[in-house]
Amino acid sequence: MSSPLISARGLTKKFDEFVAVDAIDFDVAKGESFGLLGPNGAGKSTTMRIIGATSQRTSGDLTILGMDPEKFGPQIRAHLGVVPQQDNLDMQLSVSENLYIYGRYFGLSRKFLKAKIEELLEFAQLEEKRDAKVESLSGGMKRRLTIARGLVSEPEILMLDEPTTGLDPQARHILWDRLFRLKEQGVTLIITTHFMDEAEQLCDRLVVMDKGKIMAEGSPAQLIKDYSTKEVLEIRFGSERNSEMANQLRDMCERIEELPDRILLYHEDGEVLLEQIYSAGLHPKTSLVRRSSLEDVFLRLTGRTLVD
Amino acid sequence: MIISAAVAIADARRGKLGERVYSGRSRAIFERGYIAFKSSTWMVIVSGFVEPVLYLFAFGYGLGKLIGNIESGGLSIPYAAYIAPALLATSAMNGAIYDSTMNIFFKLNHDRIYHGMLATSLGPLDVALGEIGLALMRGFLYGVGFMAVVAPLGLIPSLWGILAIPAAVLIAFGFASVGMALTTYMKSFQQLEIINIFLLPMFLFSGSFYPLSVFPEWLQFIIKALPLSQAIHLVRGLTLGQINTALLGHAFYFVVMIAIGLFFTTKRLNALFMK
Repeated sequence: MSSPLISARGLTKKFDEFVAVDAIDFDVAKGESFGLLGPNGAGKSTTMRIIGATSQRTSGDLTILGMDPEKFGPQIRAHLGVVPQQDNLDMQLSVSENLYIYGRYFGLSRKFLKAKIEELLEFAQLEEKRDAKVESLSGGMKRRLTIARGLVSEPEILMLDEPTTGLDPQARHILWDRLFRLKEQGVTLIITTHFMDEAEQLCDRLVVMDKGKIMAEGSPAQLIKDYSTKEVLEIRFGSERNSEMANQLRDMCERIEELPDRILLYHEDGEVLLEQIYSAGLHPKTSLVRRSSLEDVFLRLTGRTLVD
Repeated sequence: MIISAAVAIADARRGKLGERVYSGRSRAIFERGYIAFKSSTWMVIVSGFVEPVLYLFAFGYGLGKLIGNIESGGLSIPYAAYIAPALLATSAMNGAIYDSTMNIFFKLNHDRIYHGMLATSLGPLDVALGEIGLALMRGFLYGVGFMAVVAPLGLIPSLWGILAIPAAVLIAFGFASVGMALTTYMKSFQQLEIINIFLLPMFLFSGSFYPLSVFPEWLQFIIKALPLSQAIHLVRGLTLGQINTALLGHAFYFVVMIAIGLFFTTKRLNALFMK
């Protein structure tokens, strides 16, 4: 691997006494799609803002394209496209004016922007909305516009903080498709999310964060392999009986997780396990066999679910 | 490393003075203001222009009929000519304060527009200067508009009066930079009202409608230290052609206001966005 685009060592951020990011190490390689997965409050957004050179670290080392963001904030930000968690589009301006003025903030010429805006409107599927005020757009459109806006400076790194939170499934898939295209063009993506399916879809490699710390790192498949079994059997006996039954089932599988409404049994083959449970004379009210996901990895690492 | 146009532009500023807070592109903020103005905010400007004109007719001509001529600095002038410069100074102040408090508070806390701006290669000083530049533009427009109404009415007896326009810009600059600095400390719209509570009495008692000599000396002393009183004396001195070194003192007062305001605005924007 050539020298990483972004490299953090012992990166720490404190707000007074509260430690938001706790001595984390990570590297991001060129062209990679790198994810930060974790629940709300895990320190993902703070990490993003430090990388985006809009927040100063408390301690540790950080280089972005070989530069220290504390010294070269504007130079680093010129390489970045930022899609914040909360849309901050310019409500007084139209769709195309938003793209135009954002390019002007980077100092880009009117001539360059004229062509660029056409390209970005097409990319964001907003050609028909070019003169519409931002307020009239749907949530998915606003999100696509924010992404298009982040691309106006042709950034090497696109940073997306919770890109699909609050969107309906169809809008999410459109957005994912757009992000795939960028990845194919060689843009390095840094994505935070608390959706495991999004992390699995979009990220080549990710770190699982909780309470400011990195709990694990790897590709989605590798993490699942390392921290979970191939399959999971979810069964329900009814909330009052779940915990009693869990004790009986403990020896039948590799690992067991008891959630308030159901029991998760980790096993290489869920169907086989279910047979064994029936053979033992136990009859769960419902049962579901599925493949392990990053949700299971997170549960294993922290004892908590991602979305609570 | 990919060298896009944006990167080349940012790299060109390496090693320049204040490169961490300033990228030399406050004109982009100015341009944004112009685009937004075209589509929505022009009504506010028109109302800001009409207000002093209404005061002028209501008091200058209404009340002026009863009062007749008044003495100012050894000159006998119509009452309307006495209050016209005060109204110009006040409208420069009001426009600058409206821009730098309400408008900026909204962009800081609701639209989050500055968050977007500062995620680019702009710095906080670009944003501060650009926003204040807009307030200046407004001060300039008010100045020109008001002069266009009052000069033909013969209310600007001296040719020096033409300098009242740049004076209005200077006044707007002072109020805008201090107003923006104060706004960055405000937590709610209610707190912004504190500024307005201060402005109206300042307008009424700063020698707009009658000379300060009606007040006891200790009160005159306090009022003279207030920015609007400084502004009114500066503009009135110019429109009546009473040129003396005191005018330089008034102008310097605003230069100091500008410096203090810009210093705290940049510092606060850095603290708010780079934390």
